[in-house]
Amino acid sequence: MATPQAFIDTGELDELKNPLGERLWSLARKQPLGTAGALVVVVMAFAATFASFLTPYDPVVNSLEDMLTPPNAEFAMGTDEFGRDILTRVLFGARTALFIGLVAAFLGATIGLVLGVASAYFGGLFDLIVQRIVDVFLAFPLIIMALAVVATLGPGVENVIIAITVPFIPQCARVVRSSALSIREIPYVDAARALGYSHARIILRHMAPNVMAPFLIMLTYFVGQAILLEAVLSYLGMGVQDPTPAWGLMLKGGAEEFLESAPWLSIFPGLAITLAVFGFNLFGDALRDMLDPKLRSR
Amino acid sequence: MPKLLEVENLRTQFHTTEGTVKAVDGITYDVSEGETVAIVGESGCGKSVGAMSILRLIPHPPGEILEGSRILFGGKDLLAMGDEEIRHVRGGRISMVFQEPMTSLNPVLTIGLQLTETMMLHLGLGQPEADRRAVELLGMVGIGEPERRLKQYPHHFSGGMRQRVMIALALSCNPRLIIADEPTTALDVTIQAQILELMRNLTKQMGVALIVITHNLGVVARYAERVIVMYAGKIVESGTADQIYHNPRHPYTIGLLNSVPRMDLRQGGKRLVPIEGQPPDLTRLDGGCSYRPRCRWAVEACARSIPALEAVGDGQIAACFRAGERALDLEREFDLDEASGA
Repeated sequence: MATPQAFIDTGELDELKNPLGERLWSLARKQPLGTAGALVVVVMAFAATFASFLTPYDPVVNSLEDMLTPPNAEFAMGTDEFGRDILTRVLFGARTALFIGLVAAFLGATIGLVLGVASAYFGGLFDLIVQRIVDVFLAFPLIIMALAVVATLGPGVENVIIAITVPFIPQCARVVRSSALSIREIPYVDAARALGYSHARIILRHMAPNVMAPFLIMLTYFVGQAILLEAVLSYLGMGVQDPTPAWGLMLKGGAEEFLESAPWLSIFPGLAITLAVFGFNLFGDALRDMLDPKLRSR
Repeated sequence: MPKLLEVENLRTQFHTTEGTVKAVDGITYDVSEGETVAIVGESGCGKSVGAMSILRLIPHPPGEILEGSRILFGGKDLLAMGDEEIRHVRGGRISMVFQEPMTSLNPVLTIGLQLTETMMLHLGLGQPEADRRAVELLGMVGIGEPERRLKQYPHHFSGGMRQRVMIALALSCNPRLIIADEPTTALDVTIQAQILELMRNLTKQMGVALIVITHNLGVVARYAERVIVMYAGKIVESGTADQIYHNPRHPYTIGLLNSVPRMDLRQGGKRLVPIEGQPPDLTRLDGGCSYRPRCRWAVEACARSIPALEAVGDGQIAACFRAGERALDLEREFDLDEASGA
């Protein structure tokens, strides 16, 4: 974040003067769960970025002589029915999950941000119409919405991203609007109008930065949700397609045929999904505690 | 001096569930180049709405500037302009200083960014020139270490300092007119004088016309050349500062002057004379003088029709049937220096 200063009250200004390590340590003690979440996020990002250096195996090449090997020294998480190393596929799966998760969450939250702020800024009829459309979208559960989109567009990474983005937009728009409504009444918005700024400039440059707190909270929450949604869609065969390494896809193959004979096929990707979603949610909660002054414990 | 701003029959209304509020009901006045004009009146008399109407900042709906209103700025009707055109006037040709310095600056953007953004937009400056001019402007309004200050956020500034920044912002694009809406109300008394002094000096120096909206007659006494008194959405009296203070002709002006706290009262044993009652409900105005219920000099004629603005002196006008009578004299002489707290 470029302007963390704005969210920090004077009590925390002292902390700014301390060295980084000390500050992180005091933060970790205040937010142990959030730190654990952040750790998961960092490990996952690391795994996704350096997947190809972390393992000697290829995630898609079959190796039939190693088929269904249980976890051992050579294959830490065993191999699947095509003899592909599970650990390798979990690492590369992190790449797929993070890519889809981040892109979908960022798109959904950002479009929602602009829509929510615009809705609050213009008010009146525009606000009414936007909010009623949002109501309609919010009436559907996330997964149903995503399924509907992917059923229309067909599977594939881009379509999965669109399918996950669409249900996020109204969620973020609603939350952001409520914050933006109070911002709208603060004189600097009128002052900005009196300075001759255009609507777009006021919305994007003057109001949007002021609703960064709810935006960031929604963003982290969305990443976790998006990873889960991607896994669900892939599991249902409507998301990422084989042989791309994806956790939901691995779970599907493993659980349907080999749950009893080779449980490692489904346990490890399942663990990865759980841990990733859990990590992002903890991180998001901690972020909310820090950014929302009303919830901040003194 | 040529006329810079001519407001003609401005009527602004708000449509609410309780009825139509005639916030500004047919006001006409003008401001010459470089002139300082004060608009005074109590809360809710329409002085702010009147000023916001000039820049078309009235939220619509529920607000509406009625047909037939004209606001000529340099000969061009602001009300007839397109959105693009009026945006160039806002901040560029006419700028505003707001009442609340604590909330008129965006808390998440640096002072420098807010200052330069306007200049880049209206003057077409590049970042380096805008930065240079921002430093110059902060120096002009009396903020020390401008280079360092530009990188700071509004919360690093005190109320008085923020109002200085607002003035710098208002002056940044060389406007012809600055509208200051109660610029000192939120500041403490010692700072008020400094800010007013600063505004007067800078506007005189740069030849910028200034409209000061205030309910503080002390402010007016010292800084304005002409005074417009508003009541219930209408102008009830206007004239030079001298005329208004020494020879007020409208009972409301007299009431306002009598209710200004003064140092010499204790010696005289007299108390403040407040204006009794409340301003009228702007949704329920009748066909008579709106000040009538609170007026000591009201007569039968006041209930029958609304008195028109008539000349009562050289350039002084008042809307009262009894404006010409000596009966309306002030209870005590008003001392200009006294009122301004000098």
